[in-house]
Amino acid sequence: MYDFRYHRPATISEAVDLFRQCDDGQYLAGGQTLIPVMKQRLASPSDLIDLARIDELKDISATESAITIGGMTTHAAIAASSEVRSRLAALADLASGIGDPHVRNRGTLGGSIANNDPTADYPAAIVALGATIITDRRRIEGDAFFTNIFETALEEGELIRAVEFPIPERAAYAKFPNPASRYAIAGVMVSKFADIVRVAVTGAGPFVFRVPDMEAALARDFSPEAIEKLQIPAGDLNADLHASPAYRAHLVSILAKRAVQAAKE
Amino acid sequence: MPTISLTVNGQPVTEEVDAPTLLVKFLREQLKLTGTHVGCDTSQCGACVVHVNGEAVKSCTMLAVQADGAEILTIESLANNGTLHPMQQAFHDKHALQCGFCTPGMVMASIALVRDNPDPSEDDVRQGLEGNLCRCTGYQNIVQAVRAGAKNMRD
Ligand SMILES: Cc1cc2nc3c(=O)[nH]c(=O)nc-3n(C[C@H](O)[C@H](O)[C@H](O)COP(=O)(O)OP(=O)(O)OC[C@H]3O[C@@H](n4cnc5c(N)ncnc54)[C@H](O)[C@@H]3O)c2cc1C
Ligand code: FES
Ligand code: FES
Repeated sequence: MYDFRYHRPATISEAVDLFRQCDDGQYLAGGQTLIPVMKQRLASPSDLIDLARIDELKDISATESAITIGGMTTHAAIAASSEVRSRLAALADLASGIGDPHVRNRGTLGGSIANNDPTADYPAAIVALGATIITDRRRIEGDAFFTNIFETALEEGELIRAVEFPIPERAAYAKFPNPASRYAIAGVMVSKFADIVRVAVTGAGPFVFRVPDMEAALARDFSPEAIEKLQIPAGDLNADLHASPAYRAHLVSILAKRAVQAAKE
Repeated sequence: MPTISLTVNGQPVTEEVDAPTLLVKFLREQLKLTGTHVGCDTSQCGACVVHVNGEAVKSCTMLAVQADGAEILTIESLANNGTLHPMQQAFHDKHALQCGFCTPGMVMASIALVRDNPDPSEDDVRQGLEGNLCRCTGYQNIVQAVRAGAKNMRD
């Protein structure tokens, strides 16, 4: 790892100011992606701005219609939150299936979505639940947040404060994990609100995407049978040593059905 | 150079560290606590698991400066005057190690698992040790040891 300066601000504004003053600063959250990347010397920031001591980034709060989760909340804390478990179980389930217990004890919601790994789990939840990303300067709709592989709508130095998740009538997440890393080879989150059904797919493409055909079919009839015959095109899906595009397309159909079934139960 | 103050195995420690020093390197090379192992450079093997403020963490994927103010427990904290911790004893009794390289991380991860789930099923143990790789045993005896260790810890 190359040398860097380490900072530990106590507030969001201090963190954002520090970022502005640094040559090539980077925020540090749980470090479960950034530290391995720095160890491989694939990243060499001049300064690391550790967000761990900013307490306002760790809150989970709820209203009638939404749960808002701070950017520095760990996967383990989301999985264990009674608020999330009782009102948005699909998200607690998703969080409890990320990586392994040690990764979940450190990795955070904000770090995961800022990184936008094509095989990360949370992007499916952000898009399927129509969540809003709240930053130090604005609100960003979930559908507009993930812009390309490892790319997001965040500006230079923009800091994720929290994510606001609307509470659906029903939702569930189904994932086919890579047996070694647990990252999603494909993962599908399905949600049903009074006025809309959303289907979001992670792991299969360069970044999370929705499946309008499935959404329309499920809006008419929210059952696994309704999407029985729907297959997404394999054309643009990821190809790697774990799975071919055709296999991923097949997985998406299977996982979507499983998610609908689980959401109904 | 940043200075950090933390508690390691019950002892207060204040040391200077370079910002890029990983917690595992700090423990092994600065404090000479070599029980914690490094088995990979991809954050996947779990040989380096220690407890940070009571939670199992991969010490190869945390900077020493991030542990400033924390309470750290390593494998060296477990045995008491030559008497093994019930989980260590269970690993011994069930023959849950061959080369032993993964064992410190396995034992630390298992103790954290059992604290959250005092009577884990076989499946719970396999899920809970998802982040710990063993290249020797085939896991069978490790799973048995963790369940036996859990029982020892309950009794
Ligand atoms: C062995 C292993 C298995 C894993 N398995 C899975 C899995 O199954 N599914 C999955 O989804 N993920 C998985 N992960 C990744 C894990 O979820 C990480 O927690 C996540 O990718 C990054 O979160 P972090 O908090 O560690 O962020 P960091 O590594 O600290 O940061 C990642 C990036 O986000 C930026 N950043 C962090 N916080 C903010 C913020 N608040 N505002 C703006 N930018 C920010 C950082 O500058 C950095 O660029 C795995 C990781 C490991 C090591
Ligand atoms: S040394 Fe392999 S996970 Fe830490
Ligand atoms: S006993 Fe050799 S790696 Fe586990």
